[in-house]
Amino acid sequence: MRLEKRQHSSPWALVLAPIGAVAFTLLVSALLVRWAGAPVGQTYALLLQGAYGSVFALSETLTRAIPLMLTGLAATVAFKARLFNIGAEGQLYVGALAAVAVGGMHDGTGLPLPPMLLFVLMLLSAALAGALLLLGPALMKARLGVDEVVTTLLLNFIVLLLVSLMLDGPMKDPTAMGWPQSVALMGELELAKLIPQTRLHTGLLLAISLAVALWALMKYTVLGFDIRALGANPRAAAFSGVPVTRTMVAVALLSGALAGLAGAIEVAGRTSYLTLDMSPGYGYSGIVIAMLAALHPLAVVVASVFVAGMLVGADSMSRAVGVPTFIADVIVAASLISVLVATLLTQYRVRWK
Amino acid sequence: MIDRVLSLSNISKRFGNLVANDAITLDLQAGEILALLGENGAGKSTLVSILFGHYTADAGSITVFGKPLAAGDPKAALAAGIGMVHQHFTLADNLSVLDNVMMGSESLWQVHTRRAAARDKLAEVAQRFGLTVDADALVAKLSVGERQRVEILKALYRGVRILILDEPTAVLTPQESESLFAVLGQMVAHGLSIIFISHKLAEVLRVSDRVAVLRAGKLVAQADARNTTQAQLAQWMVGHAVSPPQRRPSQRTGQAACVLHQVSTAPARDRLDGVSLTLHGGEIVAIAGISGNGQATLAEVLCGTRRITAGRIELMGQPLPHAPSQLVALGVARIPEDRHGVGLVGDLPVWENAVSERLRSPVFSRAFWVKRRIAQDYAKAVIARFDVRGGGPGTTARSLSGGNMQKLVLGRALMHPGSLVDTDTRAFTPKLIVAHQPTWGLDIGAVAYVQEQLFAARDAGAAVLLISDDLDEVLTLGDRVAVMHGGHLGQAKPALDWSRESIGLAMAGAQDVAHAT
Repeated sequence: MRLEKRQHSSPWALVLAPIGAVAFTLLVSALLVRWAGAPVGQTYALLLQGAYGSVFALSETLTRAIPLMLTGLAATVAFKARLFNIGAEGQLYVGALAAVAVGGMHDGTGLPLPPMLLFVLMLLSAALAGALLLLGPALMKARLGVDEVVTTLLLNFIVLLLVSLMLDGPMKDPTAMGWPQSVALMGELELAKLIPQTRLHTGLLLAISLAVALWALMKYTVLGFDIRALGANPRAAAFSGVPVTRTMVAVALLSGALAGLAGAIEVAGRTSYLTLDMSPGYGYSGIVIAMLAALHPLAVVVASVFVAGMLVGADSMSRAVGVPTFIADVIVAASLISVLVATLLTQYRVRWK
Repeated sequence: MIDRVLSLSNISKRFGNLVANDAITLDLQAGEILALLGENGAGKSTLVSILFGHYTADAGSITVFGKPLAAGDPKAALAAGIGMVHQHFTLADNLSVLDNVMMGSESLWQVHTRRAAARDKLAEVAQRFGLTVDADALVAKLSVGERQRVEILKALYRGVRILILDEPTAVLTPQESESLFAVLGQMVAHGLSIIFISHKLAEVLRVSDRVAVLRAGKLVAQADARNTTQAQLAQWMVGHAVSPPQRRPSQRTGQAACVLHQVSTAPARDRLDGVSLTLHGGEIVAIAGISGNGQATLAEVLCGTRRITAGRIELMGQPLPHAPSQLVALGVARIPEDRHGVGLVGDLPVWENAVSERLRSPVFSRAFWVKRRIAQDYAKAVIARFDVRGGGPGTTARSLSGGNMQKLVLGRALMHPGSLVDTDTRAFTPKLIVAHQPTWGLDIGAVAYVQEQLFAARDAGAAVLLISDDLDEVLTLGDRVAVMHGGHLGQAKPALDWSRESIGLAMAGAQDVAHAT
């Protein structure tokens, strides 16, 4: 068996590929559901209902989707330039840490600044913290050829230890009865709720606007061209005059800033303080989302709502039928694999022998 | 005729809508050199890949020494005695000649290698065919010609009876080509058969017994090499009569446009070492040389993608800026050697590629925003004026054919966006054109087109630096010709003062001899 490059992708393949990907995902998951001894149809129905079936379900899904959108955008901009930032998890945590440092109730009071100014300052410092964390690996890649996958991945663990140090030390909440959590954010800095009685907050609007802004940046600006050209063909990009190192730095700052913002928005919108288990791997899920979205900023919004829906829906479904919540991870993973394979098959044909 | 060693019958292969091979039937006799002639994309590579088992034919069969050859199996082809020397060599640089020759020819389960026996056999094969090479030399230290000899030895060592050579002279000096032809003569004298793939008409007639011409996937003609002419072959290849490019000497040489003074780059394999050259407006200076002797670096330096460590370069009396966008703004038109890898970003649309060099100029962007309308209008104008076919501004550059890619590269380099609104051609003529292998891999029609454009730009007053591995191109286009060897650039002399022999000697490094004769 081998793959031959297609001269042209047939229109049929382009239509059938996503349908086939969905069908394959449903089939694989259905087999596992059967294996768990649950009725397939009912399980899927409960899953969808738990994800999108009511205002409450939808609000939970969208709440979960907010950090995923931001880390998904972080991965998208970096991967477009072939800067493989695996460190969004760490950038998210330093962002959250910076947000608490600027906007937290240290010694019972916050910084004596107007709340509006403090709010902007909080977001900026979170973005800056995330950006600076990625700057080192990006410079080392551009100048010395150091593999950014290794450096960004390992920085995640260093950051987690740093957060742990801060939560047990200078930023520890004295009222938390020894629990390692940070001081709470000042009340004025918390994000307003979009729908009363739910957890859905205005961070959603910010995340969607950032997706639109990134889409516009990629499509309409010189920097967007530089990023796409650099990712697609670095030698040709350099030949045509793209400033390679400067573009790589810009991408790193953008990507790190987006991931850092994810941390700040989580703190300001949902948790109001920082703990070591604040992110169930949002940084890593962002990579999955970026790939599902084929590195398109607007598709990142859709992919985040899909992944978040599977996670939230699986929670409520597993309470009703005896299927473990891991089915959500299986669905997300299977969909990613089948989307990637389907994309491959639109570009290559398989020859047997 | 003598016995048939190989016969291809009705071989067809399609890639989607493209018919790469259309019912090709072809025989190879024992002890003959068959030249497979055709333009890029005519189907030569596909046919050979099918023969060698890299592709499976959609229809047709292959018979080797009377036995059918299993399709799609390179091992079967090797076992049947078919060997191939690829254009890009498949040698391990860090191993010796002997190791490279032995590699893959011994069983994995053998306890120790039989080097002494292998050395004797290699020496015997080398002697029989007149291919002398040091068995213990490291391949990395060998010249290109020597590496090719190792490739041929590797095939002969395995006892091939049919040897396929893919564009073997592309990397050789004229003298090296001659010695290759002598070796090929020895091989057929020993009863081997050779398939010689080329698009160079003169050497095809010089070396082969029989010529088979492919065009658009079809076998259009077969002829005895003694009974045909270059003009006839060219007509078969292209489908209509073509006139070979004519010399068109410069009428009016202007003032110095670009001056290089003792330019050197950081020590590396392909460096410049004290290169001095003056390029005048209205003349073409052609640089010949075996690839890897600094020509690529010279092109990169003038294209703004390589820094110099010593010396100075002046463009119209000013120091040459470093950044490519500044160079382009000052009127340097750049045609890189590798249009896929360097010239264009294949995944991006044609219009973005058309403006990529000037994207930072105020013509195409304001602050951060790209002026998409103006950029697309410019791309449409380039497409129209330079006859780029196969896609509009929105199609990806990758989907263009090689010739059309080159027209796009040429168009964006030569067509100043100002000429859209103003017809004062002189103001928008490039000051300097750096053309590195501008016709490499193009079909005859596209080659003529590119050469015509270079002549036209020169006659409009541009200084043209043409770097080419193709000696015919160098001698036809160049008003003055200089040869690079080992990072040094020889003196640029009028093209008519050179002969093929003196150029070949200079390419091999015998600069002083060339001057003396």
